[in-house]
Amino acid sequence: MAWVIAKNIIKAVVLGALLAIAALIVYWFFFASRWDWIPKYLPLLLRGLWYTITLLALSCLFGFLLAVPIGLVQVTGPGWLALIAKSFCTVIRGTPLLIQVWLLYYGFGSLFPQIGMAWPGFKEHFMWLIRLDGYWYALLAFTLSYAGYEGEVMRGAFLGVPRGELEAARAFGMSPAKVARRVWFPRAVRLVFPTLAGETVLQLKSTPLAFTIAVMDLMGVTSKIRQDTYLTFEPLMLLAVLYMGLTFILILIFNRLERSIPTRR
Amino acid sequence: MADKPGFPEILSLGNTGYGDELLWGAVMTLNIALFAYGIGLSIGIVGAICKLHGSKLTRSILNGYTTLVRAVPELILILLLYYAGTAALNALLASLGYGAFAINGFMAAVIVLGFVQGAYSTEVLRAAIMAIPVGQLEAARSFGMSPWMEFRRITLPAMLPFALPGLANLWLICTKDTVLIAVVGYTELALATRQAAGNTKMYFTFFMVAGAIYLLISLLSQKGFNWLEARVRRGQRVQV
Repeated sequence: MAWVIAKNIIKAVVLGALLAIAALIVYWFFFASRWDWIPKYLPLLLRGLWYTITLLALSCLFGFLLAVPIGLVQVTGPGWLALIAKSFCTVIRGTPLLIQVWLLYYGFGSLFPQIGMAWPGFKEHFMWLIRLDGYWYALLAFTLSYAGYEGEVMRGAFLGVPRGELEAARAFGMSPAKVARRVWFPRAVRLVFPTLAGETVLQLKSTPLAFTIAVMDLMGVTSKIRQDTYLTFEPLMLLAVLYMGLTFILILIFNRLERSIPTRR
Repeated sequence: MADKPGFPEILSLGNTGYGDELLWGAVMTLNIALFAYGIGLSIGIVGAICKLHGSKLTRSILNGYTTLVRAVPELILILLLYYAGTAALNALLASLGYGAFAINGFMAAVIVLGFVQGAYSTEVLRAAIMAIPVGQLEAARSFGMSPWMEFRRITLPAMLPFALPGLANLWLICTKDTVLIAVVGYTELALATRQAAGNTKMYFTFFMVAGAIYLLISLLSQKGFNWLEARVRRGQRVQV
C-alpha cells in the first residue's frame, strides 16, 4: 500500500517537473526569445544549408567510391595492398575527425605556401592549391573519414557474400571482373545497406566540424549570427531543429531506397 | 636554427618543449572520457531497465531522450547544453538569492558528454538485455530470486557478451568525442595541440603527434576490450 502511494507521488513529481519544463520552454519561445534576425540572415542560412548538404553528399559519394577498393583488396589481396588498406582504416578510425580536419587544413595549408617560397615554379603551376579555402579541406577530410569507416564495412560485406553464389557465377563462365560487377558487389552492398544508412547519418552529424576551419556551413553561419547578435540560444536551437530535420529526411530517403531492394521474406 | 628548437626537442618536457603540455592534455582527455563514460553507463543501465519494465510515461520520456540526442550532432548538443546548463543554473541560483556561479569547465564537459553517451548506451544495453533467452530469466524468477538478485546474478552476466562490442564502440566514440570540448574552450589534448602548433607554426608535427596519441589510446582500449570480451564469453560454446 505504501509502495503504491509512493509510486503515485513519484509519478506526480515527475509529471509536474516535465510540465514545468515544457511551460518554461513555451514561455521562453513566445515571450523571451528573439527571432527577428531570421529574415536578415535567411540568404546566408540557405547558403549554409547548401554547403552542409553538398559536403555530406560529395564526401559520401567519393568516400564510398574509395571504400569499395579498400574493402575489396583486404579480401582478395595482394598482401601488401591489403596491409596498406588495413592501416588506413585503423588510423582513420582510431583518431578523432577534428584532428584529421585540423591536420589537413593547418598542416597542408601551411606547407603549400612554404613550398611556394622555396620553389617559385610550384607557385606558378599550383597557385590553386595555395588558394584553396576551408571547404575543400573539409571535403577531403570527410571523404577520407567516410572511406576509412566504410572500407571496414565493405570488407565485411564482401566476406559475407555466400561462396556458392560466386561459384555459381563462375560456373556460368563469367570473367572475374564480371563476377565482381554483377554478383559480388551488388550482393555485398545489399547485405550492409542498413549499416551504410546508419553511417551516413553519423557522417551528417560530423559535418558541423567544418566550421572550425572557417567554412560557412550551417554551423558556421550560426556562430556568425551568434557573434553579430549576441544571442546565445536562439541560433543554436534553430540549428538543432534543422539538423533533426535533415536527419529524418536522410532516414526517410534510405528507408525508401531499402524498400526498393527486392528481398525474399 | 640556433634559437629555435627543432623536431625532437620541441616535444621535450620542461620550458623549451611542449611535451609536458601535450601529456597533460592527454591525461585530461582520458579523465574526461572516463568520467563521461561512467555517467553514460549509469544512465544507460537505469534507462535500459526503465525502458524495458517502466510505465508508459517513463518509456515515452526515455524514447524522447534517446531519439532527440541521437538525431542532433554532438557538437551542437554540447554547445547547447553547455550554455543552456550554465544559464539555467545561474538563473536558479539567482532566484534563490545566490550570486552567479562560474561553472567548472571539467565538470561541464563530463556531464554534457555523459548525457550524450547515456542515450547511446541506453540503446546498446536495452538490445543486449533483450537478446538474453527469456527462459533464463523465467528460470531465475521461478527459483524465487528477488529482482535485484536476478539482475546481479543472471541479467548482468548474461547480457555482457551481447553488450560488450557495442560498449567498446561507445568508449572509442567517447574518447574521440572529447575533442569537441576543445570547441567550448576547455584545454584537453586537441586544444593543447592546437595552441602548441599555433605558437610554433609546426602544424604538421603537432597534429601528427596528437593523432598518434589518440591512436595509441584507441588501440590499447581495443586490446583491453578484446580481453574483456574473451573473459565474459568464457563458458560459451566456441563458434566454428
